[in-house]
Amino acid sequence: MQVLYGRHHVRVFRFGLRLVRDEQVAEDLISEVFLDVWRQAGKFEGRSAVSTWLLAITRFKALSALRRRKDAELDDEAANAIEDTSDDPEVVAQKKDTSEALRKCLTALSPEHGEIVDLVYYHEKSVEEVAEIVGIPENTVKTRLFYARKKLAGLLKAAGVERGWP
Amino acid sequence: MMATSKKVLEQEPSDMEMLLPWHATGTLNARDTRRVDEALLRDAELAKQYAVIREEYAETIHLNEELGAPSLRAMQKLFAAIDAEPAQAPARSPAISARIAGFFAKLSPRTLAFSAGLGALALLLQAGVIGVVLLKNQNVQYETASLSTNEPSQPLTRDLAAPMPPRALVRFAPDTRISDIAALLDRYQASVIDGARGGLFRLQFGNRAMDRDEFAGLMRKLQSEKIVNLAVDAQ
Repeated sequence: MQVLYGRHHVRVFRFGLRLVRDEQVAEDLISEVFLDVWRQAGKFEGRSAVSTWLLAITRFKALSALRRRKDAELDDEAANAIEDTSDDPEVVAQKKDTSEALRKCLTALSPEHGEIVDLVYYHEKSVEEVAEIVGIPENTVKTRLFYARKKLAGLLKAAGVERGWP
Repeated sequence: MMATSKKVLEQEPSDMEMLLPWHATGTLNARDTRRVDEALLRDAELAKQYAVIREEYAETIHLNEELGAPSLRAMQKLFAAIDAEPAQAPARSPAISARIAGFFAKLSPRTLAFSAGLGALALLLQAGVIGVVLLKNQNVQYETASLSTNEPSQPLTRDLAAPMPPRALVRFAPDTRISDIAALLDRYQASVIDGARGGLFRLQFGNRAMDRDEFAGLMRKLQSEKIVNLAVDAQ
């Protein structure tokens, strides 16, 4: 378990944190995820990579944690997160720092779009693996990422950053 | 193709566009990788989009790396929870019969038939070897818990030639009482050794052998008994 934890806990934490947007909750989340793994190690069928299995559990736990929060609180946080980004464009544009603008806009994506971007770009999961983690068809994975990227481009455009696409 | 890229974007994304992110991260299969490679060479718009995707890819990694790592508290909490868990029972191995059944189930019919044939041949061979060994060692003495042929030879069955007490088949008169029969048996020191088949009892007299004359005298005396209808030699 120590080896498994040592190898995967950072990525599990980051994936969870991007979903729940709260460090404390994300830390609790990884404890729960690895405890579940400890309890259900026998159920792992080895059909997918361990990291895919871990991320699927993390996602499920994160969504459960989000559901536990009060709806009003969640709405406020989501609104704040988006507001922050929309307030930022001027500053970002002044800095002319496309990279920073990109990172800001990435955090402003909806959880659905954000998770798929993270799974593909950061966790380097294939179409099939993302489909398994998120529980959606492979074609939906492809179109969802496409529209997430389109949304990202729209946010950047609003922040004054033109990248030539779309 | 170049001209169609933007048009397609406004409507539905093309297959190639949708595969670009996975091409950038190297998680496409060989066939799709080749298809995207070829499309990128042909379509400048697609290549431009690919450059944008590589930026997104790099910045997503950057963003995630900035998130840092969980504190030690998370690990301590986890291992404290694991310690508090009841000891996990070792994974039970399936029953031997199930494992054997599973093993045979995995074999192809051809392999199974070949194995069965080989097994039968081995049995025949074994039987042959045992037969040869037994024939060769017919004189070998053996020993069991109850019998040892190493001990001085003793008859295993009663010696038929040995003298035996005399026997006779006797039919009693129909109205004979049991007490009269018991008295007769007592007088002659006889015992009933076989039931009344057809009204005949097989009697044995005494526990020693008799010579012919003595036995003939016994039979005459027996036949003179009131309760005896018939007495014949049953030696």
